[in-house]
Amino acid sequence: MASQTLTTPAMPAGQVGRSIPRLEAAAKVTGRAEYVHNMSLPGMLHGKIFRSVIPHGKIKHLDLDAARAVEGVFLVAAIDDIRKVIAHPYYGPAFHDQPILADGKVRYAGEPVAVVLADEAHIAEEAAGLISAEYEELPGVYDEVEAHGAQVFVHDELKPAATFPDLAHLLGRRDTNVALDFQLRRGDADAAFAAAEHVFEHHFRTQPTMHTPLEPFVSIADASGGSLTLHTASQNPSFVRIEIARLLGWPENRVRVKVPYLGGGFGGKLYIKLEALVTALSLIARRPVKISLTMQEQFFMVMRHAATIRIKSGVDKSGRITARSCEVWWNGGAYADIGPRVTQKAGFTAAGPYDIDNVELNSYAVYTNRTPAGALRGFGAPQTCWAYETHTDMIAAKLGIDQLAFRRMNLLHDGRPQATGTILRDAAIDKVLDRVAERMNWGTPLERGTGRIRRGRGIAIGFKGITAPTTSVAMINLYADGSCGLYIGTVDMGQGSDTCMAQIAAEVLNLDAESIKVIHPDTDVTPYDMGTLGSRSTFHMGTAVRLAALDANQKIAALAEELGVPPNSNLPFSELLRRKYRMQAGNIIGIGSFIPGYDKPDQETGQSANVTPFWGVGGSGAEVEIDIETGEFKVTKLVNVADVGAAINPKLLAAQLSGAAIMQLGFTTSENMLYRDGQLTNGSFADYKIPCLLDMPAVFINEFVESRQHDGPFGAKGAGESTTIAVSPAIGNAIADAIGVRLMDLPLTAEAIHGAILAAGIGGDDEH
Amino acid sequence: MSTERTVRFSLNGRAVKAHVASHESLVQVLRDRFDLFGSRESCGQGLCGCCTVIVDGKPVSGCLYLASFLDGTSVQTIEGLAPADDRLDPVQEAFIEAGAFQCGFCTPGFILMTKHLLAENRAPSDDDIRHYLTGNLCRCSAYPEIVAAVKLAATKQRGG
Repeated sequence: MASQTLTTPAMPAGQVGRSIPRLEAAAKVTGRAEYVHNMSLPGMLHGKIFRSVIPHGKIKHLDLDAARAVEGVFLVAAIDDIRKVIAHPYYGPAFHDQPILADGKVRYAGEPVAVVLADEAHIAEEAAGLISAEYEELPGVYDEVEAHGAQVFVHDELKPAATFPDLAHLLGRRDTNVALDFQLRRGDADAAFAAAEHVFEHHFRTQPTMHTPLEPFVSIADASGGSLTLHTASQNPSFVRIEIARLLGWPENRVRVKVPYLGGGFGGKLYIKLEALVTALSLIARRPVKISLTMQEQFFMVMRHAATIRIKSGVDKSGRITARSCEVWWNGGAYADIGPRVTQKAGFTAAGPYDIDNVELNSYAVYTNRTPAGALRGFGAPQTCWAYETHTDMIAAKLGIDQLAFRRMNLLHDGRPQATGTILRDAAIDKVLDRVAERMNWGTPLERGTGRIRRGRGIAIGFKGITAPTTSVAMINLYADGSCGLYIGTVDMGQGSDTCMAQIAAEVLNLDAESIKVIHPDTDVTPYDMGTLGSRSTFHMGTAVRLAALDANQKIAALAEELGVPPNSNLPFSELLRRKYRMQAGNIIGIGSFIPGYDKPDQETGQSANVTPFWGVGGSGAEVEIDIETGEFKVTKLVNVADVGAAINPKLLAAQLSGAAIMQLGFTTSENMLYRDGQLTNGSFADYKIPCLLDMPAVFINEFVESRQHDGPFGAKGAGESTTIAVSPAIGNAIADAIGVRLMDLPLTAEAIHGAILAAGIGGDDEH
Repeated sequence: MSTERTVRFSLNGRAVKAHVASHESLVQVLRDRFDLFGSRESCGQGLCGCCTVIVDGKPVSGCLYLASFLDGTSVQTIEGLAPADDRLDPVQEAFIEAGAFQCGFCTPGFILMTKHLLAENRAPSDDDIRHYLTGNLCRCSAYPEIVAAVKLAATKQRGG
């Protein structure tokens, strides 16, 4: 038989679990990786944006003449020009509330009002500087709690998008800044509080922060001949296509969205950012249009929600938490973006990873006159965890119970209902907490110091639900020479998805992961994916890839049968194709599609039998050293442990966990978008400090525990956000342990610590 | 408004000339005239190191360096570092082996600064590395891996 003359390829077993370098590693170290940042098209115009300088007001007059007169300016556009090509120029994933350019009114300082297009970016910039606007200023609302009950309204009425059926009841609601009010009721919290031995209540705040990807937002639109191609630094190309097609009233197949590598995303480059604007401009100009934001302009695009959180717990004599109620106000800024989803998803876990019978949660998405807020690495979980893990620590301290023991006593275990009623499964909360305690040497006493330098340590643990229900579709194309292309809409923004997805496909197809080419998102080519967000890709797209590879294997088997090749002959598929087509020709195409089960939470009670595809779990421990005279402090040790299911690529995973923790270290100790009267005062790297090499803790440990997600691809689940969750409260708890004073608001700065030390009168008398 | 001049300089070892306007930065000229995209404008204030370029043996912020000053200089970019298409510089190899990047946007700047560090100090300590590279920012925060990569590169360059 012919098969006997063929050499059987060696089995490249164990593709999953290999720590291979990123597939694109060589391109990245030689500076040749492709980003939208690098791209230009023939005849392309550059756009520069003129922005509002006031936070809230009506536009009385806009003077574009001086800009139009600048030599080299091709076009100056405001909303009336946009309307000529997009009749209803409002977009958004949850609410259609955001105009492509300000429409008669500005709602935050920095909002785009007009755009200049020119052949060269510097001409557009110069001309944009000549635009002037007159406003009738309106009173603004900036604080999320004040805005909740204010008589100043950011929007006249709510405009929910039809794509989110659970928001339909909000249509046309007027005279409110509350875009969404999520509530959850479990048991009888009032009765439990009345019966409790102890009741504790605290208020916490978190600050607004920004993603600051080092590749700032950038999009190119090329509209010609009744179709449109977008090259955009986007985390969800499928959504961009659907939303742009909706705005234009076009079928999806006339809109093509292509995404190369991203220079970072972190949740910022989601939904529509610059895409609708460049689309409209390219349609008007009939030339390709590129807009590249500066780092400073990024701060006017999207930010992480600031939040105010009220949390109250009832505890019985034995130290069991019997009731918890939380109220969370999310500062959504001027446009809803994905804020309502943050409100809901972070809302239902706001009581923490504890087994509490009586829970009452209220979570409000609130419009304010600030930069719109959206997703940032954790979908709200780091904000709520700051509150519940500081609160939990404070209760333990008050009751005189060890912080670890108190948490263990109340921890939520697999098989028990979470606050939504969903039975916890494959959430290694206990293992994560145990590992944190072990790495912190929690059982060994810590020398806290009595002089000027004080030391302390703290731990924290948190969890998050995953956005649902969402779909991923993957396609595998086996070419006639035996090579393989993997077609996915997942965007590799640094997390290593190309590599991990290739490993999953390779495992099933019995190929080397390095030999697989991952075809980057191109909506004309790659199938639908909901988006690269919320730790969903490994689980959702990973499953779709696995199914696509299995489908391809079935088609190989069917082809072998059709050709009369005996089963288990191990004939390579390239040989099967050669036999069928009598030359190197044809393809074998495998398709995989995945949407996990989901049960929508009840509108009144928030109860659901299946609220999340899986649970993200992260725990942290920190040791700090504080100079009690100045408040200066150092995080001397930081431990982060996550439950990620099984690791597809352990080395990439460890780097992702470490990177997420350092990012959250910045959000804990230095990053803060400072507003005064609705004006951002520190929107650049000169005044907004992100972590650098010198901020690394001397001891820095990042690990994952052994666990398995029963329905994840090869036991894996998502990992991009888990180590952001508990970093802030671990550090805050360590500070309290060192100086006996609690900080209730983020960020934790030397200034805040110094103020707290002065207020508490610590150290003074022993020193003098 | 802006005046143009011709600058002649060496770019990755080859003599080149360019007509540049007075407002143009080095990073813009590399991008717009020579299709070299490895040095990237990010913060635009000389604070992040993404735009790092080596001019006359010294690292500069390409976003702040005016192209008019290029006349007579020798410029090296990340694209000129690898000795051949199929061979990388030991620093580039070390960054791959240590997994010292995620999105890759800041990576050329880190590699060029590392090259310069190792030219001054053949065996830098962790502390030397952290201080020397503190002007390069990585938002993916691959910092532990970057420190490991620099040490690995030092070993490789010493022939270890």
